[in-house]
Amino acid sequence: MTDVQSPPDAPTDSPSDPNGKRGLRDRIDTTNAITLPLLAFISALVIGTIVIAFSDIDKLQDGDFGGILTTIKDAYLALPDGAFNGWRPINETIVSTTPLLLAGLAVAITFRAGLFNIGGTGQMLVGGMCSVYVGFSMNGPSIIQIPLAVGAGMLGGIIWGIIPGILKARAGVHEVISTIMLNFIAGSLVLYFLKTDLFVREGRSDPISKLVTPEGTLPKLFAFLDRPELRAHIGFLFALAAAFFFWWLIEKTKLGFEIRAEGANSNAAQYAGMKPAFLIITSFAVAGGFAGLAGASEVLGTQGRATQGFAGDIGFDAIAVALLGRSTPVGTVLAALLFGALQAGGQRMQVETGVPVDLVLILRALIILFIAAPLLMKAIWRISAKGASSGPSFGGWGS
Amino acid sequence: MELELRGITKRFPGVVANDNVNLTIRSGEVLALVGENGAGKSTLMNILYGLYHADEGDIYIDGTPVKFETSGDAIAAGIGMVHQHFMLVPVFTVAENVVLGIEPTRGLSLDRAKAAAEVERISDEYSLGLEPDALIENLPVGIQQRVEISKVLLRDAEIVVFDEPTAVLTPQEIDDFFRIVEALKASGRGIVFITHKLTEALRVADRISVLRRGQTVGEADPSEIDEVGLAELMVGRPVQLVVDKSPAEPGASTLQVNDLHVVDASGRTLVDHTTFDVRAGEIVGIAGVQGNGQTELVEAITGLREILSGTVSVDGIDLTDASPRDVHLAAVAHVPEDRQRSGLVSEFSVAENLVLTRYHSDEFSSGVTMNWSRVRENARELVEQYDVRTPSIDTSAGTLSGGNQQKVIVARELSRDLRLVIASQPTRGVDVGSIEYIHAQVVAARDEGAAVMVVSTELDEVMALADRVIVLYRGRVVADLDRDATNHNEVGLYMAGALDQNEQASA
Ligand SMILES: Nc1ncnc2c1ncn2[C@@H]1O[C@H](COP(=O)(O)OP(=O)(O)OP(=O)(O)O)[C@@H](O)[C@H]1O
Ligand SMILES: [Mg+2]
Repeated sequence: MTDVQSPPDAPTDSPSDPNGKRGLRDRIDTTNAITLPLLAFISALVIGTIVIAFSDIDKLQDGDFGGILTTIKDAYLALPDGAFNGWRPINETIVSTTPLLLAGLAVAITFRAGLFNIGGTGQMLVGGMCSVYVGFSMNGPSIIQIPLAVGAGMLGGIIWGIIPGILKARAGVHEVISTIMLNFIAGSLVLYFLKTDLFVREGRSDPISKLVTPEGTLPKLFAFLDRPELRAHIGFLFALAAAFFFWWLIEKTKLGFEIRAEGANSNAAQYAGMKPAFLIITSFAVAGGFAGLAGASEVLGTQGRATQGFAGDIGFDAIAVALLGRSTPVGTVLAALLFGALQAGGQRMQVETGVPVDLVLILRALIILFIAAPLLMKAIWRISAKGASSGPSFGGWGS
Repeated sequence: MELELRGITKRFPGVVANDNVNLTIRSGEVLALVGENGAGKSTLMNILYGLYHADEGDIYIDGTPVKFETSGDAIAAGIGMVHQHFMLVPVFTVAENVVLGIEPTRGLSLDRAKAAAEVERISDEYSLGLEPDALIENLPVGIQQRVEISKVLLRDAEIVVFDEPTAVLTPQEIDDFFRIVEALKASGRGIVFITHKLTEALRVADRISVLRRGQTVGEADPSEIDEVGLAELMVGRPVQLVVDKSPAEPGASTLQVNDLHVVDASGRTLVDHTTFDVRAGEIVGIAGVQGNGQTELVEAITGLREILSGTVSVDGIDLTDASPRDVHLAAVAHVPEDRQRSGLVSEFSVAENLVLTRYHSDEFSSGVTMNWSRVRENARELVEQYDVRTPSIDTSAGTLSGGNQQKVIVARELSRDLRLVIASQPTRGVDVGSIEYIHAQVVAARDEGAAVMVVSTELDEVMALADRVIVLYRGRVVADLDRDATNHNEVGLYMAGALDQNEQASA
């Protein structure tokens, strides 16, 4: 056992990996941290132009290429405009970013431990239901009710997160399977509870919860501006605090060192006296806490109530956020911001240019596709060994 | 065919791995490439094989310049490489692995009969003894290597590069390997052979090329140079090839292994009611052919494997059911057999790896947080003291050369107060200069009063280091011998199972 010589990118180290998870991580890790996401974003924008062109099929049929170019330009200008230009756009970006960031952290922490948490949705749902219950069943004071409600949400998320952790650590159940199943169970539980007297709003037969009381509602961020339509709330601050906690945990603590070791080489972690089972369960508990907080922030801040689908697709978008952010604290914050901004800007774009907001979904999907295929990126952009990467070159792919 | 590397330079961040290297390889001869760890041997061969691209310099085949963008180009030009880490699919058969990538097909499916026939033809021609239908995962390392060789041969390689082929082979397998090398040479192929075992280089090579710190420092004719001279050429100073140590002064019994029994998941016996002890101030060498329970014995003692029955104690403290952390806290150092698999986290920096087993101590952490400045200070000290060749302490350990990775582990494990040192294959893949250093450290640990247990499949290493030799055969202790009262021959007979002290005693 003398050499590391099988170069990091050689297509040869994957067969030895029984479950393939390391293969993906390695491939993502071995490419430059900043260039790859950037190139992926640019590539997505380029392909996005084709989508925009086809969305304006009349001009395309008329051969009005000047008009198409104008549409593309307007659409891409509307995106940042709708995301950052003014209080309202900034407000919308913050509202979209908050749950993406929290749920993204919930995926990122498990990536660092070599695990894959697809259960963000379920953890958000359970956490949110716990929060909303405290949110509507108390009448203040805020200083007690809000911490209680938020704490209940985190606790709910932690409990839902710990389950796949225990199943994996004790019984070897693959976490991808168990988290998906737990998402279904959580979804059904939410539906069930929203129909019980405990939760359902009086006089409603559809599954919708009572309203969170004003004392239980998260304070607005821009309250000082006295503009009620600016709905961004302090959940965003929680999310930033969570990102800071994530950084501190991973970079500064013994536990973080252990989690990273377990994620990178479980055999070495065990040899070094770490306890893989404990680390798996703990990582999932932390993940559940983050996702639970995301659920809390949605029901206590943004939505003010729980409905059947209050978690939306955030748990899945979070996977994309964590991948794009390479599971680092700063990266995850930036990725969540990017996705949040795209979502906010997409609304403006649709209104102003008629390009459907689905373009944003396509852009997001393309970004992830490109991130997951670094070889493809390298081939398209002709990154050679002489560049940033120290690994072997892939010149043969493109040339 | 004559292959020529001219003025090859390759830089990695912080290091010049190859610095204007010239090398010629001819058909029908064996070229041994030797040099210290990190001298750039593997890098040079990876450039030749199209895996890395040289920053400067060119490759010529019979005088014509060639360019290898990928290893596919190198293969097409008749160059083959057998890596140290085999690149086989464990769940595929021999034949499937050999034809992987150039599968003969019938319609859309793999033509198994043809694949098997090809493998058999090559196997017969070079007496590789391969069974086309055997599954890779069931084969010993030596046979897996031959599968790699037949892959290269099937692709019509005229030049075959072996990167440290003998490091993981048993002495018997090494003999077989050299027979194959001779056959390849006789068939007119050119062979490049990287090794740290200078006797091997002297034994098979027609020419020996020496790299030092990225540069070619000389070429030697095996008939005109001996091991000592070659070692000096490599390291740049005289090297002590024999271990320099005073007679042991054994004290109280430190490690006590009593009637230890270990089985695998299917109940097969791995360690068979083994009893022995290691005393403070002595080095006990555990000899044995690979796969006779050494790995499992060490795992059981260090808390990595469940013990079925029997006991393990260190200084009277029972460690039978202890966790790896308990064992560590009992002042036991463990240099693991397989540094890639468990000794290092290759993504981690050198500094992080230097505290991998010790991060939790008060020295490197307080409360729940790490004390990174102490970790870095520790790294700077150890890198200096153990002469680890690394661009910086922040370099990820995976990019270090094999021998330097081993130094990181040895430095980490030996740099604290110890009662017991367990070192498995401590110098596998390590250059002569570093072997000298690691051996000196092991002896120093002994002289400071630690009990030392060295497990090695290399009889030479055991005989050089040990004060007492224990031979394992099929999980049992078949000999417990005073080093000075025995010799290579006798130990070899015990290792082969031809002798057994237990039987002699009862007879
Ligand atoms: N992919 C890489 N990235 C960065 N540095 C590298 C990489 N591969 C090798 N190096 C560095 O290049 C130098 C030469 O390494 P190389 O692996 O060629 O040495 P070697 O002669 O094969 O040593 P050993 O005998 O220990 O295997 C070392 O300093 C090593 O750290
Ligand atoms: Mg090497």
